[in-house]
Amino acid sequence: MRFRLTDDQKALRAGMRELLGRCFGREALRAAVDAPGRLDRALWRTLGEAGFFALRLPEADGGVGLGLPEAVLVFEEAGRALLPGPLVATHLAAASVPGAARGETVVAAVDGELVEWLDAAGAVRGDASGAVPLRSVDPLTPLHRVPAAGPPDPVAVLLTAAEQLGTAGRVCELAVQHARRREQFGRPIGSFQAVQHLCADLLVRAETARVAVYAAAVTADPADIAAARLLADEAAVQGARDCLQVHGGMGFTWEADVHLHLKRAWVRARRAGGSTQGAELLAAALAD
Amino acid sequence: MDLSCTPEEEEFRARLRDWLGKVLPTLPAQPSPDDWPGRRAYDLGWQRMLYDAGYADVHWDASPTRRLIYLEETEKAGAPYVGANFVGLLHAGPTIAAEGSAEQRARWLPPILRGEQVWCQGFSEPDAGSDLASLRTRARRDGDVYVVTGSKIWTSHAEVADWCELLVRTDPDAPRHRGITWLALPMDAEGVTVRPLRTLAGSAEFAEVFLDEVRVPVANRVGEENDGWRVTMVTLSFERGTAFVGEVVACRRVLTGLARTARDNGRWDDPALRRRLGRLDAEFRALWRLTQWNVSAAEESGGVPGVGGSVFKLRYSHARQELYDTAAEVLGPDCLDLDRPWVLDRLSSLSYTIAAGTSQIQRTIVAERILGLPRGR
Repeated sequence: MRFRLTDDQKALRAGMRELLGRCFGREALRAAVDAPGRLDRALWRTLGEAGFFALRLPEADGGVGLGLPEAVLVFEEAGRALLPGPLVATHLAAASVPGAARGETVVAAVDGELVEWLDAAGAVRGDASGAVPLRSVDPLTPLHRVPAAGPPDPVAVLLTAAEQLGTAGRVCELAVQHARRREQFGRPIGSFQAVQHLCADLLVRAETARVAVYAAAVTADPADIAAARLLADEAAVQGARDCLQVHGGMGFTWEADVHLHLKRAWVRARRAGGSTQGAELLAAALAD
Repeated sequence: MDLSCTPEEEEFRARLRDWLGKVLPTLPAQPSPDDWPGRRAYDLGWQRMLYDAGYADVHWDASPTRRLIYLEETEKAGAPYVGANFVGLLHAGPTIAAEGSAEQRARWLPPILRGEQVWCQGFSEPDAGSDLASLRTRARRDGDVYVVTGSKIWTSHAEVADWCELLVRTDPDAPRHRGITWLALPMDAEGVTVRPLRTLAGSAEFAEVFLDEVRVPVANRVGEENDGWRVTMVTLSFERGTAFVGEVVACRRVLTGLARTARDNGRWDDPALRRRLGRLDAEFRALWRLTQWNVSAAEESGGVPGVGGSVFKLRYSHARQELYDTAAEVLGPDCLDLDRPWVLDRLSSLSYTIAAGTSQIQRTIVAERILGLPRGR
């Protein structure tokens, strides 16, 4: 047993972080917030060229030939960076929808009561008839409501958990950075025990979710995946709230990025089987 | 990332499983939780069986993965846990192994492994609980002995212990972390008085220990004089790192029992309760993964478990309390009946967020040592 990232996996993660830092840094993020509903096709193709969507396709089919653990690592990075777009849906369609693997076709999926990026999609998986647009709380994710959806794909559940994990790790870093810099009463607020303990809880939730998500990527067991998702949703949503609290009044402004993380975490928590489904799945397995 | 075991490790697992299948049916009935002499005899007997079968030093095994397999398999099989051997096997033993001289290792380690001696932990004092560095028990040097005076509290197994890993202050003028020394105290020494303390669970689980001019040979000192704080941190990293590992598997067993009971008594039809059980399953799955992650990290760095143990301890202690609070939901009115399963466990789980450093102390450790936040005042 060697439950650690391999050197290749670390290099993949670092490469993805570097790519996103270059193509979707803070300026690009805020530009996207100012132009809601518009998907950056050039960025989407760049992701396609980098192998983001074709990551798990066999090399013989023009893919990268990697597995779920690697997919989880790149989706974690996408989550950290708040990368917009139907990333999970397009990744899952790489083998079946022409152009998806290369990032030329944007694919939306009906995998819950809400569909993300329906208007931007060149292809839709599932039945989106009767979809009604709503004014999305997340400026970076346009949403439609749909009447019904089938059971979620476990891989979609897992990759969503990976994105949530990215948010959980990122908001922990943002909270700690702010707590070290921001001074009140003549001291950095990070020296106050109340703030220290909020930050400690942020880390504990993120690290617990991390091992659950990574292990589920290795086992691909539906119960492990459900567990990972429950913990990652909690770590992202509660983490973003605590991060906002650490930022104080600054955290309540549009200029701070904290609300973007929280809103995205809320959106993802509704995607591909929510916490109720996950908890029921695990409970049923317990009583077997 | 690899969660699979090597063929050697799988062989170890198979051999252990086979052995457990043979010996567990031959064990005598467990003594009652209040019967400390009975528990001492039972736990030492089990340790002796492990020794004879070649598993005695599994907690000190060079391969953390094998240790993990041992804990997983023994818990799954319902084998006894370390019990009264807890301090010897998980604290004092590893500390002596890491910091003791060759002579000290030869003197104390074999009797611990053979199940001949029980150790207790003399760290906490009435005015030094989580603030361990403020301990006041004094040791004055007199030739080749230390003369020790003071008192210890919340000392588990003190009544039945042969030895005590004792922290004393040897230099009252030094900064408080610097003047502390780690001693092995024989519990039958003149001047040692043990007074059992009753816990809120009703049992006499731990004790107060009074030390009145107790003479401890200098040869019983592990590490250098006034260097006991560093030695202690070695012990505590074991305590927070791997000491609770077996319990995680046990908690998952409890969870399955709760689900079955809820099915039988109709509480399962309550969706809120059912989902709470599902969430707890997620929690304990993750705690097991966290263990595997920390063990792999220790294996990679080739040594003592690191501060990651604080993350585990913090999360686990709360999850355990949540588990037994949920058990009360499953039991309904029976949750107030001390004769029902899980009711005593619920009471004892209350200690988990206090013992071995309170959750508040653990959060401060995480904030300052892992996250690098400025030190509080």
